[in-house]
Amino acid sequence: MSVATEPDIADEAGAARPRLSVFSGQRALLGLLLPLGAALLYEAAFRAGLVEARLLPSPSRILATLFDLAKSGELWTHILATVLRVAAGFVIGAGVGTVLGALTGASETARRLLDPTLQALRAIPSLAWVPLFILWLGIFEASKVTLIAVGVFFPVYLGVMGAIANIDRKIVEVGRAFRLTRLQLARRILLPAILPDYIVALRSGLGLGFMFVVAAEIMGASEGLGFLLVDGQQLGKPDQILAAIIAFALIGKAADGFIVAASRPFLRWQDSFTAAGR
Amino acid sequence: MLTLSAISKTYANGTQALSNVSLSVEAGEIIALVGGSGCGKTTLLRLISGLEHPTSGKAMIDGESIEAPHPAVGVAFQEARLLPWLSVADNIGFGLADLPKADREERVERALLRVGLAGYGPRWPRELSGGQAQRVSIIRALVTRPKALLLDEPFSALDAMTRASLHEHLLALWETHQPTMVIVTHDVEEAVTLADRAIVMQPRPGRVFADIKLDLPRPRDRLSQGFVEAKRAILSALDGSLVETASSSPGARVGGAWW
Repeated sequence: MSVATEPDIADEAGAARPRLSVFSGQRALLGLLLPLGAALLYEAAFRAGLVEARLLPSPSRILATLFDLAKSGELWTHILATVLRVAAGFVIGAGVGTVLGALTGASETARRLLDPTLQALRAIPSLAWVPLFILWLGIFEASKVTLIAVGVFFPVYLGVMGAIANIDRKIVEVGRAFRLTRLQLARRILLPAILPDYIVALRSGLGLGFMFVVAAEIMGASEGLGFLLVDGQQLGKPDQILAAIIAFALIGKAADGFIVAASRPFLRWQDSFTAAGR
Repeated sequence: MLTLSAISKTYANGTQALSNVSLSVEAGEIIALVGGSGCGKTTLLRLISGLEHPTSGKAMIDGESIEAPHPAVGVAFQEARLLPWLSVADNIGFGLADLPKADREERVERALLRVGLAGYGPRWPRELSGGQAQRVSIIRALVTRPKALLLDEPFSALDAMTRASLHEHLLALWETHQPTMVIVTHDVEEAVTLADRAIVMQPRPGRVFADIKLDLPRPRDRLSQGFVEAKRAILSALDGSLVETASSSPGARVGGAWW
C-alpha cells in the first residue's frame, strides 16, 4: 500500500460504497438478458414454424406446464420433498464437515490421523455409494439424505481445513500480543478470518447437495423434483422435464442467494471488488 | 524500567540470533535499535514483546520477568496488521475488550482525535492509506496505556513524506503518557529524529556494538550540526560493526566449523 495524498484515497473509497448498490439492480437485469433472449428467440422460431417442438417444447408451453403443476399443488409437494431432503442432508453434511475440517485444520495430529482416510473416501465417486446405502438404509429417506450429506460433506470439509491453514500468522500474532485466551483467539480472530472461505465452502456444498438429490430421486422416489424428471421421461413429456429443471434452477439459485444474503452483513468488510463478484 | 540481562537466542536450526545482550532502558526513554540485516534487532524486539522466548537470560519490565506478552508492553508491527473485519474504531479498541462499552468508545474516540483521524471510526481498514493504517496500528498499541511501546520498523514501508509526518505524530503521542519506546529501524535519520539513545547492533551473532547517546534538543532540526554529527556517529559505528564482523568472521568460521 503506497501513499499519495492521504485523505484523498480514503474519501474515494468511502464515496464508492453507496454507488455500488445503485448498480446492483442493473447488473441483475444484465444477467437475465441471455436466458430471456434465448427463450424469446426460440418462441419466435416456434411460432414461425421454423422448429419442430416435439422434443424441445416452446417456452410458453413449458411455462404453462409449470403453471398447471403449481395450480394443482403437485409442484409444491415435489419442491417441498426435494427441499426437505437437501436441507436435512446439508445440515448433516455441513455440520460434520465443519467439525472435522476444523479439527484437521487446527491440529497436525488430527490431520495426520484423519485426512488420508477422508481423502481416500473422497476419491470414490459418491454415486458408487448408492447401492450400499440402499442396502443398508433402505429405499426411503434415510439413504437419500445420507447420499446428499456425503456430497455436501467433502467441499465443506476441504474448505474449512484449507481456510484454517490459510489464516495469516501475522494476524494471529496480533491476538497473542493482546494476550487473548485460546477461546478468545478462536472467536475474535480465527472465526472471522475463515468466514469468507467458509461461506464459499457452504455454497459449493449446497450446490453438490442439489446435484445429489437428483441422483437420489432418480433412483427411486414417489415425490420430489427428481421424480418429476423420471416421470416426464417415462411418459414422454419433455415439457414436464424442462419444468422440473427450471424449478431446480430457481430453488437452487434461491437457496444460494439465501446463504449469500445471510452472510452479507458479516462480510461487508471485504474489498468491494470481491464483494461485487459474489 | 526495561531491563535485558544477558539475553541469548539460538533457533532450533542452530542459528545464533543473539548473544549475550544486556541493556537497560529508563522509563520514558526512547531508544532506537539500529543495525544491518541479520543483526537480530527484530528478534530482540520480539523477545521483549514476549512473543518469543530467549534461550538464556531474561527481559524484565519494572522488575517483572516477561515470559509471555505482558500487559505493560504494547507492540506495533512493520505492517499495520489491522483486523480487516473490524472497523477502524473496533481495531483501536481491540485491546480494551474488558472495559465497559461507554468507556471504551470514549477512549477510542479520543485516540482517533489524537492521531488526526477523527470521523474515521466507522470506516474499514481497507479504506485507509498506508500512513493512516500505521497510525491506527500505533494508537491501537498505545490505547491500553502500556509502560513500554515496541515498534518494529513501523515506517519502513512508507514514503519519505509520510514517514516524516508520522515521526511527528509518534513524538506527539509519546508526550502524553511518555511510555518507554524501543524502535527497530534501519534508517539512521529516523533513529536520530526519534531516539534519546541509539543502540548499534552487530550481526552474526547479534550483539550490542555501540551505545550512542543522542543528546539533542527537541524538536530536532535535521539540518542542525548536532543532528548531522549524530548521524555521522551512528553511521561510522555501523561501518565499524560490519568491518569487525568481516575481520572476525574467518576466525569464527574456523572456530565454528567443527559442528
